[in-house]
Amino acid sequence: MNAVVFAQGGPVIPNFGRGDECIRNNGNFCLHWFLDNFGDRFWPRMVEHIELTAIALVIGFLISFAAALAAYRYARLELPFANVSALFYTIPSIALFQILVPITGIGWTTIELALVSYTLLILFRNTLTGLKEVPDEAKEAAEGMGLTRRQSLLRVELPLAVPAIIAGVRVATVTTISLATIAAFITPLGLGAPIFSAIQTGANTEFVAASLLSIALALIADVAIVFAQRMLTPWVRARSRAT
Amino acid sequence: MSAESSAAEIVLDHVTKRYGESPRPAINDLSITIPAGEICVLIGPSGGGKTTAMKMINRLISITDGDITIDGTSVRSLEVTELRRGIGYVIQQIGLFPHMSVEANIGTVPRLLGWDKQRIRDRAHELLELVGLDPAEHAKRFPSQLSGGQRQRVGLARAMAADPPLMLMDEPFGAIDPITRERLQNDFLRLHREVRKTVVFVTHDIDEAIKMGDRICLLREGGILAQYDTPEAILAEPADEFVADFVGADRGLKRLALRRVGDVELAPVPSGDGALECPERTTLRDALSLMLTEGSDGVVVRGEDGQAKGYLTIAAVSRLL
Amino acid sequence: MSDLVNFFGDNTSLLLNRTGAHLVIAAIGLVISLVIALPAGIWLGHLHKGSLLAINISNVLRALPSLALIAISLAFFGLSRANITIALVALAIPPILTNAYTAVDGVDPDAVEAARGMGMREREVLFGVELPLSWPLIFAGIRTASVYVIATAPLAALAGGGGLGDIIVNQPTYKLVGVIAATIVTVALAFVIDGLFGVIQRAVTPAGLVVSRELHTIVPPAESDLPADRVLA
Repeated sequence: MNAVVFAQGGPVIPNFGRGDECIRNNGNFCLHWFLDNFGDRFWPRMVEHIELTAIALVIGFLISFAAALAAYRYARLELPFANVSALFYTIPSIALFQILVPITGIGWTTIELALVSYTLLILFRNTLTGLKEVPDEAKEAAEGMGLTRRQSLLRVELPLAVPAIIAGVRVATVTTISLATIAAFITPLGLGAPIFSAIQTGANTEFVAASLLSIALALIADVAIVFAQRMLTPWVRARSRAT
Repeated sequence: MSAESSAAEIVLDHVTKRYGESPRPAINDLSITIPAGEICVLIGPSGGGKTTAMKMINRLISITDGDITIDGTSVRSLEVTELRRGIGYVIQQIGLFPHMSVEANIGTVPRLLGWDKQRIRDRAHELLELVGLDPAEHAKRFPSQLSGGQRQRVGLARAMAADPPLMLMDEPFGAIDPITRERLQNDFLRLHREVRKTVVFVTHDIDEAIKMGDRICLLREGGILAQYDTPEAILAEPADEFVADFVGADRGLKRLALRRVGDVELAPVPSGDGALECPERTTLRDALSLMLTEGSDGVVVRGEDGQAKGYLTIAAVSRLL
Repeated sequence: MSDLVNFFGDNTSLLLNRTGAHLVIAAIGLVISLVIALPAGIWLGHLHKGSLLAINISNVLRALPSLALIAISLAFFGLSRANITIALVALAIPPILTNAYTAVDGVDPDAVEAARGMGMREREVLFGVELPLSWPLIFAGIRTASVYVIATAPLAALAGGGGLGDIIVNQPTYKLVGVIAATIVTVALAFVIDGLFGVIQRAVTPAGLVVSRELHTIVPPAESDLPADRVLA
């Protein structure tokens, strides 16, 4: 019963157990150990991670979308919202999580509060830019044809803004997945938890595995959103075929 | 296709448009009546207010004083979006919705009016054929896949979708190359003969105005009416120096371009061969040009059937002016 | 509040020391990214080729969680500067690369054609026409990258140490007030560096160029506002 060993250098010793040798040598990625422990150590964390991300994205999107619509209507709202949300980018996430703890405790609320804050700028700006870039003549034609403001927004402007909005969602998603790993610094939630604990104990495979999983999660999410965008915007595909 | 669609009479009654505190109005006491089913061309120098006047009809620009009625109903009495859904609107950059197929674009107003899907689809296909585009090929395409001329045709079809009695067109052929423009103009005139709607057409090109208009409304700076009459009348008797300058010093020749040799009284054909000839469809202007170029005093007019219809002399042409 | 002021007073040399280290860490990451991404983006943009490659590389790098990168390199290199550097480089390349590409690729083609028509050589076209017109967008990317880098550098403390992160991840020792203090310094640093790049940008941009009234936020626009058909890569 041989196991493939990804040890850092060193001779390849045949295994007679379930990867004990690999673990004893503290190999960087012991496949057997990983597969054995996936169920209790990694899968629950992955689910948590996905939940953390999803909640943050939904809330962040709702807030940013509303703010962008408001700023689209009343231009002077744009700068304040953009400046405040931009400020968050200068605050290290690992610090923000800690600073929020005395205010909102250790747990989901704190994490979500921080994660949502980081999504605001990109979602707000992309939605607003998407709306602003709708061709003037399309808006004029819509108004002249008798569409109400609401109908124009729903049938013409927002659909045309979709590519930019989804581009924003894409960036916000991978950013949030990344920041969610840091959340584990204050409480063992998400894929960051095995990373942080394993770094302390020096168990290479554990934190390498968790890291690889978070990377996989981010890449899969990214690709999924690209597919969604293609589905939702057939006219963009048509244009690139035409050119 | 209903060849008889309702056309509306448009009346502008002492219409004035003033912006803010400005003492000089953009449109000054404009009163004209556009008979139903006619093409009225609004023309004038930039700043003359031609687009402003047109946009007051569908209230994209508000009316300061006076009123505009469509078949007797004041445009102010209707709810503005309802008003606009009853008016076909075509702009220079067209403004097709990039995210919708050609078919969906055309169906925009019918959808707003609650037509059912099949009816909309049928109507879109019908209109595409009317404007000279094959529905099988174009209905599902997106605007980005169309040429400029094709987009303009779709824009036209879209404006006619709900069969409005009135159409407003703001320099619709301005952004097109001259060859395509001429084709579009001819196609539009042919269309108009089939589907008589009232059309208000804005242009800065006097030749286009003469070609397209049943009536021309010439506005001078400050939105004041300079002259409102048929092209023939304006060319024959310009109201004042401004109009005469605007239509151009060659207005006499422009008038000749409005008529064909086959339509005027001709002298009998002289005997002898080798005389100059031209088909009866030729305009008087082109015939004159031919005679002058070839150095001949006259030209034999040949009918479509091949028979010689008559003889036209330079002297006869100048008498017609 | 007074605790905070006290902290600054009592630990000035510590903070200064860490700030210096922080800047070094950030600088290394930023410089490496600039060396890799700037020439690549500019050159590809000049050739109007390889947009798919540039976009895809940026997209992939952007998706990689920084902590994951740090952890994986920790396993391979042990405690070392390399860990944080790898993460920072992965973070900084996307904005620099895509902005540089988009900027140079998007220069008014008429201006470029006129330049060529006048007999300018390729290098002269690039340095004389394309780059000057591209500076605003390129610098926007650099400024975005620098903010990301400064804000992420505290993670260095997890795997090799150094910088203001030493304080931020060490609440047991420095208490929350210390964390807040170090955070304030980090934020201030980001603003200062952003301002510095702004000065450089103005110095480099030719006088005749009209600066568009974009959002003057600390994280400049256009990093991810790529045209839809590009983002579809």
